[in-house]
Amino acid sequence: MLFTALQLAAFLVLPPLLLGVIGRVKSRVAGREGPPLLQPWRDLLRLAGKGAVYSRTTTWVFRAGPVVGLAAILAAGLLMPLGAPSATVAFAGDFALLASLLGLARFVTVVAALDTGSSFEGMGAAREVTFSALAEPALFLGLVSLARSTGGLDLTHLLGDGLAVAWRSDASSLLLVALSIFVVALAENARIPVDDPATHLELTMIHEVMVLDHSGPDLALIQYGAALKLYLFGALVVKLALGARLADPAAAFAAFLAGQLAFAAAIGLVEATMARLRLVRVPQLLIGASVLSGFALVLLLRT
Amino acid sequence: MAWNQTILGTGKDPIPTLSLLLIIAASCLAATSGGWALALRRRPALAQRVATAVLVLGAVLGMAGAVLALAGQGAAWTSDWPTPRASLSMKVDGLSAFFLLPVLGLPALASVYGLGYWPQVERGAQSIRLQLYFGLVTGAMAMVCVAANGILFLAAWEVMALAGFFLVFTEHEKPEVQRAAFVYLAAAHAGNLALFALFALLGRMAGSFEFAAMSGLDGGAPLAGWVFGLALFGFGLKAGLVPLHFWLPGAHAAAPSHVSALMSGVLLKTGIYGILRVTGFFEAVPPAWGGTLLLMGTASAVLGVAFALAQHDVKRLLAYHSVENIGIIAMGAGLALLGRASGNPALVVLGFSGAVLHVVNHATFKGLLFLGAGAVHHATGTRELDHLGGLGRTMPVTAALFLVGAAAISGLPPLNGFASEWLVFLASFQAVVGHGAGSTPLAGLAAPALALVGGLAAACFAKVFGTVFLGHARSSHAEHGHEAARTMLVPMAALALVCAAIGLFPVAWVPSLTRAAGEWSGLPAASLAGAAGEAAHGAWRVSLVALALLAGVGLLAGWRRRRLGSVQPAAPTWGCGFARPSPRMQYTGSSFADQLVLRFGWVFFPRTRVEPPTGLFPRRAAFGSHMPDTVLDLAILPALGSGVRVADRLRAQFGGRVQSKVLLVLLGVLGLLAWLGLR
Repeated sequence: MLFTALQLAAFLVLPPLLLGVIGRVKSRVAGREGPPLLQPWRDLLRLAGKGAVYSRTTTWVFRAGPVVGLAAILAAGLLMPLGAPSATVAFAGDFALLASLLGLARFVTVVAALDTGSSFEGMGAAREVTFSALAEPALFLGLVSLARSTGGLDLTHLLGDGLAVAWRSDASSLLLVALSIFVVALAENARIPVDDPATHLELTMIHEVMVLDHSGPDLALIQYGAALKLYLFGALVVKLALGARLADPAAAFAAFLAGQLAFAAAIGLVEATMARLRLVRVPQLLIGASVLSGFALVLLLRT
Repeated sequence: MAWNQTILGTGKDPIPTLSLLLIIAASCLAATSGGWALALRRRPALAQRVATAVLVLGAVLGMAGAVLALAGQGAAWTSDWPTPRASLSMKVDGLSAFFLLPVLGLPALASVYGLGYWPQVERGAQSIRLQLYFGLVTGAMAMVCVAANGILFLAAWEVMALAGFFLVFTEHEKPEVQRAAFVYLAAAHAGNLALFALFALLGRMAGSFEFAAMSGLDGGAPLAGWVFGLALFGFGLKAGLVPLHFWLPGAHAAAPSHVSALMSGVLLKTGIYGILRVTGFFEAVPPAWGGTLLLMGTASAVLGVAFALAQHDVKRLLAYHSVENIGIIAMGAGLALLGRASGNPALVVLGFSGAVLHVVNHATFKGLLFLGAGAVHHATGTRELDHLGGLGRTMPVTAALFLVGAAAISGLPPLNGFASEWLVFLASFQAVVGHGAGSTPLAGLAAPALALVGGLAAACFAKVFGTVFLGHARSSHAEHGHEAARTMLVPMAALALVCAAIGLFPVAWVPSLTRAAGEWSGLPAASLAGAAGEAAHGAWRVSLVALALLAGVGLLAGWRRRRLGSVQPAAPTWGCGFARPSPRMQYTGSSFADQLVLRFGWVFFPRTRVEPPTGLFPRRAAFGSHMPDTVLDLAILPALGSGVRVADRLRAQFGGRVQSKVLLVLLGVLGLLAWLGLR
């Protein structure tokens, strides 16, 4: 109970810090000092305090987008084990609800972007739906492989104690799955090499260009939601890479948080060392991720 | 099998049990409802209202009967019918009852919608014809769902198919309607032919055309494979499984929108009903059946949504989405069959429940979407996506209701599309975790395919909703949009409510779905209880998270309102520095879907017409594209065309004289006799 509350509190507070860590790692590799770790939180509070300007083209759909999007990601947080022994709400098939809630958040962001009538935002929305549709099978192939390996039907068991045994018997498969899910995490969260959150050229953006017209509290909701989503995918990668949880729940929680830190640092390193892929290459990357998970499943089915 | 377990009457009672009586009354009332439109034709406004009221009354009675049957009051009834080897046998069990709910409910709502959309006052004879066949097809579908005799089933099926043809043929002066209707007729009768053979074989195996005699047939018998193949062809053609879907997009686009809602929402489902009914006759089904159905379902789901993405016509697009959803249903049914073959009751419960619940769900959201598309067509006069835009401002209620349907069909919580897809996901994962003898881990590949389908469907409906209702009007058609009449909005609102209700509380369906799965599979209730309990446990938590989602939306909306107040400054959309944007510069539906459509280049053969800009000061440039159906336009029609040419050449040899034709007939009969003699 205590740890359930703790994991939810951490879910609400820590995600923007991950963005801070990514920024710091990127800056350090480039030889700069970088912004303070709390900068993303300050930005969010500053945006929340501002007013907003709305395009005359937009309707209620545009205004509902950020609200529904953040609520969906918050609800998805109930389903992911985030350091405590179990997810806040766990049931057979909860991964499908988690993926659909993230899908709902994406859907409302996309229709809000289309509501502005801007060709740039239409372009970003088209890219977002294309890449996410291709990322979806990679994620589910990974989950199917995990189910085959651990015998679990919910995220708590798919990413739970069964992994310790599985890492001993099916290490090669799990490694492929982890790699594939890491790629999916990069794509879903609009990080390099799929999308560059720091670019200033609208023509090359994906996520950022969809929210060009959002301002003030709406933009704060969207950016906070994006940080939460990164934390959720981080949890997926971290739990998978950690294997079993430790017997002591406090130690397990600490290990989980350290893992999230390492996840953010890894993203920072990827961003600092890689260039963005050309947009036509992104589908190949995502299909490649599916192929990796597919091979993992083939290896598991052999037995 | 379970066929006899729930029979309450002795089979020769003079009066059927209440649930069945209500359904028979519903079928008769619905089938005759159109007669009122004809009888009262001198007062067209009253005539249409009376016809609609009779259909709605029938639907309410029949749905009450179906609910009684779902609550455990299954019933059977037999009476003599002076036709050789036939009897008036009817039976309602869980499977029938689940199909009866949408089969009666959706046409009733669609006919209310017709009051505003296809008024008899304006349309006259055309509207009378439409209502005659609308009622007839509804009554025939209800009869198909309760028929328990092969001959009766085929008779009802034939009435349904023919009435469906006349419905598609409503606007018969239009050439594209004629073409679509005749393709439908040809496809429907090719399917019927297979069904005649199917029931002949079943009758031979069981020794009678009574369904009661057909239960418990051996799935391993040599004829059983033929039966399943014929069912897959005959019923699959009606359901629209790829590659048998070719008649469907044209027919659904050509019919009036409330007829499209009926056809797409429920008429296709009779094909699924047939497959489930026939597979329910057999025991010890071979694994190949489930595998084939799962494979066809997966292909239909993926290719259906891919074809949908490439469409420009909103109704053709929705029709291809029916292929997708029928695919999802077939995936669930295939998983359930695999579960029966491998002795995995969890797979049976989850797959069957997912499939049957998706039948109900697809009827509601696809009905809603077709009615919404009809309202748009009614207001603007065009179905071309790239001519629309900005209708959210002129038709706000239609836009909001359409958005509910769009989110539901994309499988987004908290709506009903998610509930049934969740069950199919779960079934697919159940297949993966099973080890040992009879495990079917390859069926786990259904889950990633379903995830891909979900992602593509969300992309497609973002495209539809965005292009039709958001942004600026792309043509003068869209500028003159107006909100639909109240008689059109009320049925849509009712369907949207059902979408939300099923999505928020899916657990209400679990007990009756489990009972129906038990009747269908013949497995004892005790073996199904484990998986059913797991599904109920999960369904409660789905509700919990859905309510948390709604609470979150409420809280955040309240916070935002407090932060911003009600009036905010307005400005033009940020054009990234460009000062003179025009509506024609908006992203169109085609450009939105282009990157995804490119991924499916291997099944698409788009016809494009490109006129590139040339020279330093280009005058004009143009681009047009058209997406033919790969099966119909590139395989069947060319093949039929060459067949006709061969036949023409043969006919020319005989000069068209009657004598030589009779000679041919004689030779043909002699040849057949010789073949029979030699055997």
